[in-house]
Amino acid sequence: MSRNDVLVTADWAQENLGAPGLAFVEVDEDTTAYDGGHLEGAVKLDWKKDLQDPVRRDFVDKEGFEALLSSRGIANDDTVILYGGNNNWFAAYAYWYFKLYGHQNVKLIDGGRKKWELDSRPLSKETVERPATQYQAQDPDLSIRAFRDEVVASIGSKNLIDVRSPDEFSGKILAPAHLPQEQAQKGGHVPTAKNIPWSKAANEDGTFKSDEELAKLYDDEGYDDGKATIAYCRIGERSSHTWFVLHELLGKPDVKNYDGSWVEYGSLVGVPIEK
Amino acid sequence: MCGAPKQGGSLAGIDLDTQTVIQGQVWHDGAPVAGAYVRLLNETDEFTAEVVTSPEGEFRFFAAPGQWKLRGLSPVGKGETTLAAEVGLNETTVSID
Repeated sequence: MSRNDVLVTADWAQENLGAPGLAFVEVDEDTTAYDGGHLEGAVKLDWKKDLQDPVRRDFVDKEGFEALLSSRGIANDDTVILYGGNNNWFAAYAYWYFKLYGHQNVKLIDGGRKKWELDSRPLSKETVERPATQYQAQDPDLSIRAFRDEVVASIGSKNLIDVRSPDEFSGKILAPAHLPQEQAQKGGHVPTAKNIPWSKAANEDGTFKSDEELAKLYDDEGYDDGKATIAYCRIGERSSHTWFVLHELLGKPDVKNYDGSWVEYGSLVGVPIEK
Repeated sequence: MCGAPKQGGSLAGIDLDTQTVIQGQVWHDGAPVAGAYVRLLNETDEFTAEVVTSPEGEFRFFAAPGQWKLRGLSPVGKGETTLAAEVGLNETTVSID
């Protein structure tokens, strides 16, 4: 696995819009950005409505994923090209889902919507229809998903990477600062977790730093290559960004995303918390 | 969840006795800049949050009391400003030269 297998540049994306065998997909929580203008031919996935279970706190199951992708006209042999806002947080989250459900060819557009907009590249408001498919998902690959009990059991033994901002890590604030700060969970972090914010892996325009810079970042922070790793944030999308960096760009083995993240951990009764 | 609420607009429903709101507009060449990326950096220059400005160039953050830096990024250029925020409403402007 190398950078070219998992990431495309905005230039490449612009040159290949509409190419056969590609499915461009914008992923966001707030899809008003898509509605105001999207990459030509791109379909949208709404992170909340499409990718989350409507009742329980979990994401769509295998059948739900199959129905969703079929309705969006995405076929098993399509190469899925993902991008989105928030520095590709939700696109990285979707990337992780596609991998979890066994989709082979999926890539992110480096820099996502932000770089696209900053470069003043063209956006389209045309409605996109792709003919429905019969998408078949694999059983979920739980080697890339961590659950709460594994996180608690990993304290002091695995690389626990808290990718939130330093002020969330310390408990000074409880959510990213674009959101109101009234939250039910306690502030702080999982004991022995290292704070390596997702933002350190990205440039200001939303693109990922170079492989050399990324390797140095985690080395300098004391990442132990001899241990398995679990990344978490608040709800699992920023840690998908870091999961992508560690597992897909740097090719580190045994990296899991804990999508329950701080909203779950910080609400558990009796677990240890450090501030 | 993690997507930013709509930027600008009313402060109704926001408790200014407990929340530290930092808000304002991005300006360039005598006009507000819509669709600019504004990031909030803490006192050690670490990324804390980022929003995209409204059609009126507005942004809003929910932070904590302390020293903050705001950096605006748009196709027309970059600009930044710093402020000391307190509980309640803190207003500022990010000018892009």
